[in-house]
Amino acid sequence: MTNGNYVIAVEGLYTRFGRHVVHENINLCVRRGEVLTLVGGSGSGKTALIRQMLGLETPAQGTVRIFGEPVHGRQHKQLQYMRNRCGVLFQKGALFSALSVYDNIALPMRELRTLDEGMIRNLVMLKLKMVEIDTKHAIRMPAELSGGMIKRIALARAMALDPELLFLDEPTAGLDPELSDGFVKLIQTLRTELTLTIVMATHDVETLVALSDRVAALDEQRMVALGTLREVVNTRHPFIAKFFCGERGKKILENNRYNL
Amino acid sequence: MPENEGSNSSIVLRRVTGDDGAPRLTITGSCTLAALGKRLQPLSAELNNEAANPELRWDLTGVRQMDDAGAVLLWRAWGNQRPRHLRLRREHERLFDRLEKIPAPPAPVPRDLLWPITVPGNAVFLLWEHLTCLIILSGQLLLDSIYLAGHPAQIPWREISANLYRTGAQALGITALVGFLIGIVLSYLSSKQLQMFGADIFIINILGISIVRELGPVLAAILVAGRSGSSMTAQLGVMRVTEELDALTVMGIPHSLRLVLPKVMALGIAMPLVVLWTSAIALIGGMVAAEIQLGLGYQFFLSKLPDVVPLANLWLGLGKGVVCGMAIALISCHFGLRIKSNTESLGEGTTNSVVTSITVVIIIDAIFAVVFSNVGIR
Repeated sequence: MTNGNYVIAVEGLYTRFGRHVVHENINLCVRRGEVLTLVGGSGSGKTALIRQMLGLETPAQGTVRIFGEPVHGRQHKQLQYMRNRCGVLFQKGALFSALSVYDNIALPMRELRTLDEGMIRNLVMLKLKMVEIDTKHAIRMPAELSGGMIKRIALARAMALDPELLFLDEPTAGLDPELSDGFVKLIQTLRTELTLTIVMATHDVETLVALSDRVAALDEQRMVALGTLREVVNTRHPFIAKFFCGERGKKILENNRYNL
Repeated sequence: MPENEGSNSSIVLRRVTGDDGAPRLTITGSCTLAALGKRLQPLSAELNNEAANPELRWDLTGVRQMDDAGAVLLWRAWGNQRPRHLRLRREHERLFDRLEKIPAPPAPVPRDLLWPITVPGNAVFLLWEHLTCLIILSGQLLLDSIYLAGHPAQIPWREISANLYRTGAQALGITALVGFLIGIVLSYLSSKQLQMFGADIFIINILGISIVRELGPVLAAILVAGRSGSSMTAQLGVMRVTEELDALTVMGIPHSLRLVLPKVMALGIAMPLVVLWTSAIALIGGMVAAEIQLGLGYQFFLSKLPDVVPLANLWLGLGKGVVCGMAIALISCHFGLRIKSNTESLGEGTTNSVVTSITVVIIIDAIFAVVFSNVGIR
């Protein structure tokens, strides 16, 4: 699977935490420039799968390749290069609580050691404007911010180095509907400007319908469906029936029928 | 994989003279942060040079990809405005539109010129604040104890026993090791000196008084302050960071009753026992060294010990243990509850807690030495 069109290739992945099995034989490819959404109930291993792709967990069996090379067992320099090409938005933001908002976003830029402070200042302001955070919040500390703001600043930090590959873990959870729509628009705009590959885990059917090119559904340690939204919705499986054909799911799917 | 290679090929600058005789600069390739890499600095200087000519015609239509970093690079070379002659792709238009509307960065906070006065002044106020907070906390604990005396069913036995185990039973290993080694060192050094005067027998007095009255309690207290004090502060601090303290408050469970009181009581009980244990092991260490160095028999040592060390010394040592234990727990909890919800404050609070606890242990020891200077010494 050294094909250049696959950004991520997961082959025969097993994940175990002690005796608890999270994934059984997951096979998954993410193509360049697409948005792949992972869906599944709570505890179905969406976050664990993203952590596997990031190299934060070690697979019990199987391999994970990013940009054609295995995540584990790389040279330090290669690994760093790969990390600079990835941006991650964690579920709870994971902002550095000891740094101000400005320094949080500037940190990955400073770590590159090629950008001067003037450029960093302009870039940080651009990123803050992108996520619609007022300049006056730049000097505040993460503990003083609301949940929605933390999420948006975390996205600004994830986008700090203009990554090719973006991981979003529950990007719209905890945002009000307006912000959530704004977030979806923001991602859509970014995709027109850059070839951005996105792997997203979400519970929110609205975000899923608006953004995803393909959907992977996880249930009971296995991947039960993988394909376009239409293909996945038409798969017969109890979890998918519950997820998409509940009251809310039905309404959103009907509103977006032209997408299917 | 032509596309793959394309996205990695860096930016190329080409200077040509156009049909109309005007100088043109065509830029092709990828203008992204990943593609620019180490070339960023030299490129920035090159672009600055080019931008010095206002009549230069910039042609950016050949740029395959551009991100914010690339746009900012050009924007800064142009002096934060669009050059007079510029052609670029429609999809890149938006990048520069955004840059035009970029807000000014926040002004840095000016340094206070009065800092030589304000810094020590604030330190004094902080000390005062700590003192009052500690007094309030101890008063609250006293009220809680009075309340619990009336309502014995609400005494948090489970927490007390858990803390007893953590601060007492689990500290036995390290205190034994340190006590034994100190006993050996002290005995070895003293016996060398005593041998010179032929006063070998007084090794028992020296070891007995110094360990039972002084070294045992202080050693144990310092070790426990480092071990249990830091863990108490960190525990309360993390509970603040994860909002567990707030959760307790909204359930109507007071912090002082469920978190602080069990710790203070448990350490008040565990500490004298740890002191006893440390002193005993240190005496054994001293006894072993005395046997090796001076040939003093174990039986003789043990039978002589009660004669030369008055019992008051033991009570004094245990009393120090109780007071130090409760002070350590109180200070650790005080610092733990003051931690703000960020990681830096957590680290700072834990350090301050341990440093303060150890200092207070020494101060308590000094106070005991002065107050009881006539007790237990013949």
